[in-house]
Amino acid sequence: MNSLDLITKLLAATLAMGTSLTYATLGEVFTEKSGVLNLGLEGTMLMGALSGFAVTFHTQSLMLGVIIAMLTGGLFSLIHAFLTISLRSNQVVTGLSITMFGTGLANFLGKRLGPVENNLNLVGLNLAAKFENIQIPLLHKIPVIGAFFDVSILTYLLYILLPLSWYFMYKTKHGLTLRSVGEAPRTAAAMGINVNKTRYIYTVLGGFFAGVGGAALSLSFTPSWNDSMTGGIGWIAIALVIFSAWNPARVAIGTLVFGGITSLQFFLQAAGFKMVIPVQFLAIAPYFITVVTLIIMTINSIKNKGSFASPSALGTPFAIDEK
Amino acid sequence: MKKLSILLTCALCTLAPIFAGGSTETAEMSEDAPMKVGVIYVSAPGDFGYSYMHDQGTIAAEEYFGDKIEVIRMENIAENEESERAMESLIDEGCKIIFANSYNYQQYMQNVAKEHPDVYFEHCSGYLDNENMSNYFGRMYQMRYLSGIIAGQMSESGNLGYVGAFNTPEVVRGINAFTLGARSVNPDATVTVVWTNTWFDPSKEKQAAESLLDGGCDVIAQHQDTTEPAKAAIDRGAYAIGYNANFMELTGSNHVLVSPMWNWGSYMIPEIQKAMDGTWTSQSYWGGLDDDMILLSPVSDLVPSDTVDAVMALEQQMRDDTFDVFWGELKDNTGTVRQAAGEKMSDGDMLTMDWFVEGVIGSAK
Repeated sequence: MNSLDLITKLLAATLAMGTSLTYATLGEVFTEKSGVLNLGLEGTMLMGALSGFAVTFHTQSLMLGVIIAMLTGGLFSLIHAFLTISLRSNQVVTGLSITMFGTGLANFLGKRLGPVENNLNLVGLNLAAKFENIQIPLLHKIPVIGAFFDVSILTYLLYILLPLSWYFMYKTKHGLTLRSVGEAPRTAAAMGINVNKTRYIYTVLGGFFAGVGGAALSLSFTPSWNDSMTGGIGWIAIALVIFSAWNPARVAIGTLVFGGITSLQFFLQAAGFKMVIPVQFLAIAPYFITVVTLIIMTINSIKNKGSFASPSALGTPFAIDEK
Repeated sequence: MKKLSILLTCALCTLAPIFAGGSTETAEMSEDAPMKVGVIYVSAPGDFGYSYMHDQGTIAAEEYFGDKIEVIRMENIAENEESERAMESLIDEGCKIIFANSYNYQQYMQNVAKEHPDVYFEHCSGYLDNENMSNYFGRMYQMRYLSGIIAGQMSESGNLGYVGAFNTPEVVRGINAFTLGARSVNPDATVTVVWTNTWFDPSKEKQAAESLLDGGCDVIAQHQDTTEPAKAAIDRGAYAIGYNANFMELTGSNHVLVSPMWNWGSYMIPEIQKAMDGTWTSQSYWGGLDDDMILLSPVSDLVPSDTVDAVMALEQQMRDDTFDVFWGELKDNTGTVRQAAGEKMSDGDMLTMDWFVEGVIGSAK
């Protein structure tokens, strides 16, 4: 296999795997931009994966599966929003409980929502259809970048969503509102913006994305239901938000880098490459890169006397009556 | 408002384990009470992988003994202090014999075993024991060898792929046996190994298999807990070798050539019987073909019948102890002779194997 061919295949693997990760990350960028930290991503994605698979299995409709996955993700984030925004509970603790709750509930329901023939179990079932790759004529034959034009509809959708999100966040009035709520909620409130309502909207929106991210696994990449099938993608997404400096445009680069490293370690092994770097190290690389990115960003912000890239009010609840 | 939020968060935290934890079944004690048997699984048996096959063994024991035994199952028990608590609670429920199915339970089980000399303990896949604790495992490498013959015969390119979880002696032994099997029918065959560093992760397992397929492998074998590596192979029109359960049945494809499988019931039933009769003794047990702890699933109809016949003949030879996998000269994949011709590898060497035989592409360290 020539190297051009290898890079194309590596890219294709990265895109297939990275789709779920990108949805979750993009959603979390919206949520965190509004000042809410949602560590419940892993549990929310798993609920999305489960509900999407269950609905598609029983109705044979992939579209309905994705929509239900999206709504389930939104519903789960609504719990987070209610606890952290309305009740002003600690965002870290709440997020962690949401992950534990979502993981447990999904694994529990996975043994209850299946068909009678399989003891109500969803594990071990195959879907009649999954989101297949759609090839764009001619374009998919170009070396390397052709990989971008031989992906599933869920990935194509991201090509639109990523630039749209960037435009929305930095070039529209609604985007300005979103950012102001995350940076300076008191000022935003003084300007007449309903801070808590804005935060509700973007936390739920983040949940929608996380739900679709889960469905991208259970309906497209590994079309099946398995206990805890997300395997930590939710946590990588949270690291990736930091790596992308809360910017949707950089999310695309981030997923290519993060997803690429995971794919790369498998490709190097499969190519019989004598491993100079142990595979265990490559497995921790995404987290390691995040730490390095954080260090670089912190140094830069000290140098420029500017503010750190994270939304200033991230993690702090807001109440208009608090002095 | 703040108080309410703390309360709700606490409620969420306490609710989560209810859903996450396994179910325990208890029943009232009656006059001629059945003997209680405790079973501890590292994952949920619904996974169609390792714990699933253990549960098939438990079910076989339940069917065999009927109302003479009562089984209490504990699922998703972490391999830490939690397992000690799980064993203690099984003893509190009155279990007479306890089985635990994963390697890292062994230290905790030994601790509990020393405190409860009147209970019998059975640990799978480890090496620790006690007067009232046995360890047991099966010679899966024999089945891996046979599946390797089928893979070697069916591969057109001679490039076989193997998705491995961790480089433990058990997995390394399986890869070596598979490779020796494949090379016994195709001396030029190679087996490329990709480590996932996880027993169970559908996405990673699939990616690992796809990278092997991209690299030109046309048969994918696996030591993983989901069917994803096999499914990835089927999707590309390549062949797969299953593991644990019958993958042909699970995937509905005859591209799954064969699956090496576990049959834990063959060990659990006599052990429970011995505990009942009071004849139980501690042992280190490594079961093979002759006691049916391991078996091959039915072979795919794509495999020529003379290959199947040859495999069955070898199986009989292993049963009769006239042939085994690690007999004779063995070279490692750097060319060093590890075992001279005419020698038979000891169980001790097999249980600590940390090198790959000639023909494996990858590193066992």
